[in-house]
Amino acid sequence: MTTERAKKTARSRRQFLADTAKAACGVGVFGLVLGLAARQAQSLPPVALRPPGAGAEADFLGACIRCGLCVRDCPYPTLRLSNLGEDVAVGTPYFVAREYPCEMCDDIPCVAACPTGALDPKLTNIDNARMGLAVLVDEETCLNFLGLRCDVCYRVCPVIDKAITLERSGNQRTHKHAMFIPTVHSEHCTGCGKCERSCVLDKAAIRVFPVALAKGQLGAHYRLGWKEKEREGHELVPGIIDLPDRLPQMPGAGLGNPGGKP
Amino acid sequence: MKPGQRPGQEAIAAKGRFAAFKWLILRRAVQAAVLGLFLLGPLAGLWLVKGNLASSLTLDILPLTDPYVLVQTLVTGHLPETAAVLGAVIVALFYVLVGGRAYCAWVCPVNPVTDAAHWLRDRLGLKGGMQFRRGTRYWVLAMTLVVAALTGTVAWELANPVSMVFRGLVFGMGFAWAVLAAVFLFDLFVSRRGWCGHLCPVGAFYGLLGAVSLLRVSARRRADCNDCMDCYAVCPEPQVINPALKGADQGASPVILSAQCTNCGRCIDVCSKDVFTFAARPDRREDSKTGAARDSSLRDAA
Ligand code: SF4
Ligand code: SF4
Ligand code: SF4
Ligand code: SF4
Ligand code: SF4
Repeated sequence: MTTERAKKTARSRRQFLADTAKAACGVGVFGLVLGLAARQAQSLPPVALRPPGAGAEADFLGACIRCGLCVRDCPYPTLRLSNLGEDVAVGTPYFVAREYPCEMCDDIPCVAACPTGALDPKLTNIDNARMGLAVLVDEETCLNFLGLRCDVCYRVCPVIDKAITLERSGNQRTHKHAMFIPTVHSEHCTGCGKCERSCVLDKAAIRVFPVALAKGQLGAHYRLGWKEKEREGHELVPGIIDLPDRLPQMPGAGLGNPGGKP
Repeated sequence: MKPGQRPGQEAIAAKGRFAAFKWLILRRAVQAAVLGLFLLGPLAGLWLVKGNLASSLTLDILPLTDPYVLVQTLVTGHLPETAAVLGAVIVALFYVLVGGRAYCAWVCPVNPVTDAAHWLRDRLGLKGGMQFRRGTRYWVLAMTLVVAALTGTVAWELANPVSMVFRGLVFGMGFAWAVLAAVFLFDLFVSRRGWCGHLCPVGAFYGLLGAVSLLRVSARRRADCNDCMDCYAVCPEPQVINPALKGADQGASPVILSAQCTNCGRCIDVCSKDVFTFAARPDRREDSKTGAARDSSLRDAA
């Protein structure tokens, strides 16, 4: 009788352990898939820009609860929530500069609406927003690079003359005219996307990318001589050796044909 | 219910069609009204409520936040602003009053779909399928939090059918219907009441809130029960009924204490003897319409 019962409890205990292991494995596999999906979702496509005040993508995906209140309070058709099937993590707010840029509202209603702080409430001056960074990606088609005076991206910039300037240089094709090269300065560009939106080409020559994609980084050991000089008041290495300058090259000259003889 | 009869026939005969569906109708009306309030803005430009179930702002003053999604952001290491925290506290307190899984029965947009799957499964007479251990949903709940902590992102929201469907309805569907279809087919063919009854971590989370909730269903007239079993047939969590309905001999409370009861009130509808009623948790009163003295030995023999 007692052995019978002991057998029974042993069996039910075994059953219990087996069931528990099964449940744990099933849920564990599900968790693994979910974790991988979460990893995948952290890669933001280059055209997707986050609203003002959003932190780094990994932080933003932990902070945003996908409520859409920012979308609702944006007075323009700028922001939208990602749908299932899009490349942006489902339910999160973003905009595409070429479709509708951020108008850089003074009162930043999207940030004010965010209940979680995923859009940082410490952002009170929209000029400090860093939604992305404009990059002139195609010098071959930009009209100003071709020697014309389009200037549209420059003129529409809300931070004109700081975020984007026109840098004058000589036209190497005509040797007569000047070129005005649109030049973006990362310390002022908010990434609003107005330049990309307004570029007159069929496909924009200037584009706004998430900052992580658009910005390079110097090695930590680099020192810029002229900056150091400015800081110290004198050259860091006095009497630096002067290397011989390379001669101006003849037409047709190259490393394989010094002097440019035929 | 007699063999070959659908549950609820006796109640319709005894109480009339409306009374036999009262809470179901009310529940569908509330589900539609919640969705309607959110849709007034995008469809009619009347912004009484903004946002979605994850977080909303009503009349530009009342913040409401889903406490479960807030807990997920917390474990990713993000400290939310006051608006979200306040909203979550209000919602949590509300469900502690009206029953945690009242969220499932009265608000969740997936509920009508899984109910439909269950109805169809019964109609088609589909049997068998995948079985889950009791409490699997708590494993899933824990898993969502662990993954959130490990990845630092609100990972479950990449898959959560509840928020995806509601957000889809209010902000644009995308492929969210596919997730809904998956849940429907899963409940129809793979596992009886599989999603809401065994897996959904949202329901599990709200169930935990309901472990202490005030509003409950009580089998107050359990002495009148004629063992038709209709309540078991319609309840989305039938295991919660037994201790209250059949526990008189063990001195158990007539109140359904299980956190898994969704307070849907279907058992109240479907009982021709009016055994069930809504009651407060500590309210252990019992009475009987027929005044029938309980004779358990007789009933057991029957
Ligand atoms: S700053 Fe204004 S335009 Fe830009 S996203 Fe926010 S609300 Fe929209
Ligand atoms: S308001 Fe904040 S939490 Fe809500 S979707 Fe926008 S960024 Fe995310
Ligand atoms: S994105 Fe373009 S328009 Fe906007 S601030 Fe930067 S340079 Fe100016
Ligand atoms: S708007 Fe386009 S084409 Fe014109 S200058 Fe700017 S980048 Fe070049
Ligand atoms: S268990 Fe989940 S899906 Fe089902 S009704 Fe509750 S919250 Fe909705």
